[in-house]
Amino acid sequence: MDLSIVGILLLDGITNGAVYALLGLATVLVFTVTRVIFIPQGEFVAYGALTLAIFQTGKVPGTVWLLLLMALLAAVMDVRLTWQHTRNAPKALKAGVFTLLLPVVVAGLSIWAAPRQFPLLVQALLTVGVVTAFGPLVYRLAYQSLADASSLTLLIVSVGVHFAMTGLGLLFFGAEGFRNPSFWDARFNLGPVAVTGQAVIIVGVSLALIGLLWQFFEHTLYGKALRATAVNRLGARLMGISSHAAGQSTFAMAALIGALSGLLIGPTTTVFYDSGFLIGLKGFVAAVIGGLHSYPVAAVGALFVGLVEAFGSFWASAFKEVIVFTLILPILVWRSMAGGHSEEH
Amino acid sequence: MAFTKSLITAAAALVVSGTALADLTIGVSLPLTGPASGLGIPMGNQIKLWPTSIAGEKLKVIVLDDATDPTNGVKNAKRFVTEDKVDLMMGSAATPVAIPMAAVAAEAETVQLAFSPAVLAAGKDGWTFRLPQSNSVMAHAMVALMKKQGVKTVGFLGYTDAYGESWLKDFTAEAEKNGIKVIATERFARSDTSVTAQALKLTSANPDAMLIVASGSGAAMPHMAIVDRGYKGKIYQTHAAASRDLMRVGGKAVEGAYVVSGPAVIAEQLPDSHPSKKVAVEFVSQYEKAYGAGSRNQFAGHAYDAILVLDKAVPIALKKAKPGTREFRVALRDALDSIGRTVVAHGVLNWTKDDHWGFTNETGVMLKVVNGDWKVE
Repeated sequence: MDLSIVGILLLDGITNGAVYALLGLATVLVFTVTRVIFIPQGEFVAYGALTLAIFQTGKVPGTVWLLLLMALLAAVMDVRLTWQHTRNAPKALKAGVFTLLLPVVVAGLSIWAAPRQFPLLVQALLTVGVVTAFGPLVYRLAYQSLADASSLTLLIVSVGVHFAMTGLGLLFFGAEGFRNPSFWDARFNLGPVAVTGQAVIIVGVSLALIGLLWQFFEHTLYGKALRATAVNRLGARLMGISSHAAGQSTFAMAALIGALSGLLIGPTTTVFYDSGFLIGLKGFVAAVIGGLHSYPVAAVGALFVGLVEAFGSFWASAFKEVIVFTLILPILVWRSMAGGHSEEH
Repeated sequence: MAFTKSLITAAAALVVSGTALADLTIGVSLPLTGPASGLGIPMGNQIKLWPTSIAGEKLKVIVLDDATDPTNGVKNAKRFVTEDKVDLMMGSAATPVAIPMAAVAAEAETVQLAFSPAVLAAGKDGWTFRLPQSNSVMAHAMVALMKKQGVKTVGFLGYTDAYGESWLKDFTAEAEKNGIKVIATERFARSDTSVTAQALKLTSANPDAMLIVASGSGAAMPHMAIVDRGYKGKIYQTHAAASRDLMRVGGKAVEGAYVVSGPAVIAEQLPDSHPSKKVAVEFVSQYEKAYGAGSRNQFAGHAYDAILVLDKAVPIALKKAKPGTREFRVALRDALDSIGRTVVAHGVLNWTKDDHWGFTNETGVMLKVVNGDWKVE
């Protein structure tokens, strides 16, 4: 093992770690605001990469139809709920239309654009739109009515959502994998290490997104409202912050992060309908390192996971996953010894 | 769905009309839905093209869907032996489903023709005969080419699952016999985001050739990683990678790869000396006439081979007993046990009492990827 090997492994670990960092942040975000341990986070990654792959073939991805179906279900639920509360038909219909509007626009655009074979960037944008629109709908259909249930109940729902999304992924994308074209084909030589353009994009986008998230939570009213919900749900509600709206926008952000991660790793590996789970799980390990509440620690943890994975596969590839997931044990011990965590309920 | 329904109706019609006692009854359990439906559906298509009689006995075929679920497979197998009183059963195309079915077959003393390479404990496969090739038969063809090319050392990069494991075992055994050494062994999983580290380690060992053990589109990523690291030696792939998905995902990077394959899907390209050429061409032309050009696949080939095997074994069994009796089932097994050299679309079978895998070493064919297409090496 010489310096060039170390360099290549470091680069590999950082590129993967950057994606895990994004997913780890999304997991922390969802958990703090809604107390949901969001296992299906990785599914958004697979949906993102594969939706783009299907756009590339000039067909309408199955996810678009799923989006319409879910939007319709959510709209019916919203109409019913508003009707029960207000007995006001126009108001109830308005609630339904409001839910339907965005998904229908995104789906309509996708169906129109799919056979026209637009440039890669336009298709990537559409993909982000489609997958992001899933976020609030998943929250609306699976979690909203259970918002006050225990974390355990929410975790069980998450497992169910994960299986449903993986199964639907198989239906839409088939059992074979896809590899997307690279967004940037450049190659830079830093001594013995060749850095690909895609690696630069992955690290760059991850850093930018982390910066944006930080700006959003520190310096905007809406971000502060979300943080308030994370700190104390009841208190935030008394201050006029809707916990349902908070939940839906959190899930939209989680889906957005997932979709972007999918676009980022799509050109570097073959993505299958079930690839997302393991990727998401590594993000989850990072989130656990951050105690499910600290963004910076989660990000550092993700880089750590990426590096361990790279060096682990070099030394003992047969035990790579074992090494990565065994890591979580000493960290859990350390976290519970260090104590200082409080249960809110 | 419509297809499944039509199969069920066809099966039901056969059940109703099949009053003659001496019919030869075959129960087939296939994954027409679920994860392995990609294997089961083409087999179902081939079954529709089966003849209506064998050796003068009318065929009564019952096709049931096992949905790639072992529980359903066992249920179907039990139904076959208790209600339908089949003379033999076939299936499933999915290995995890075929394995528990073998237990039912053995208990009921009914022959099972498995459409998957089901590995069973010694002594448990007395009534189970496999139609797909074993990995060691494929490894034989691969090692033969390596030897011809003067390969002395091989690096192994394979799945961390049963497929990777069994290839490593069978390949190492075959290679050592021929003086080829496996000098580096690395693993990866289908869903890994990167195999850079493994590729680094393998290329630094610098073997004459690399063997990648992965399936379908999953075989492209490790291949590209090795090429990416500047490896200039030969790269070999297994028969699970012998599908167009390898080129679809791998593009230019997989150019020049050596892939081992069964003979059925490359029928026309086979050298005239290959024993399966004639049968494979017949299979491909019959299937593509019914389902369109380019629709050929190895799975339908197994269903085609099943009839070829029965054509040979049933007449022998009929000399001893009539269908529908235990004596016939035993006679059928004995006939398959001593079937002798039998040329089928997938190679040359030679089942014996102790070997229910049975493909001879003439079976595997080496292909090379040239300009995004297969070329027989």
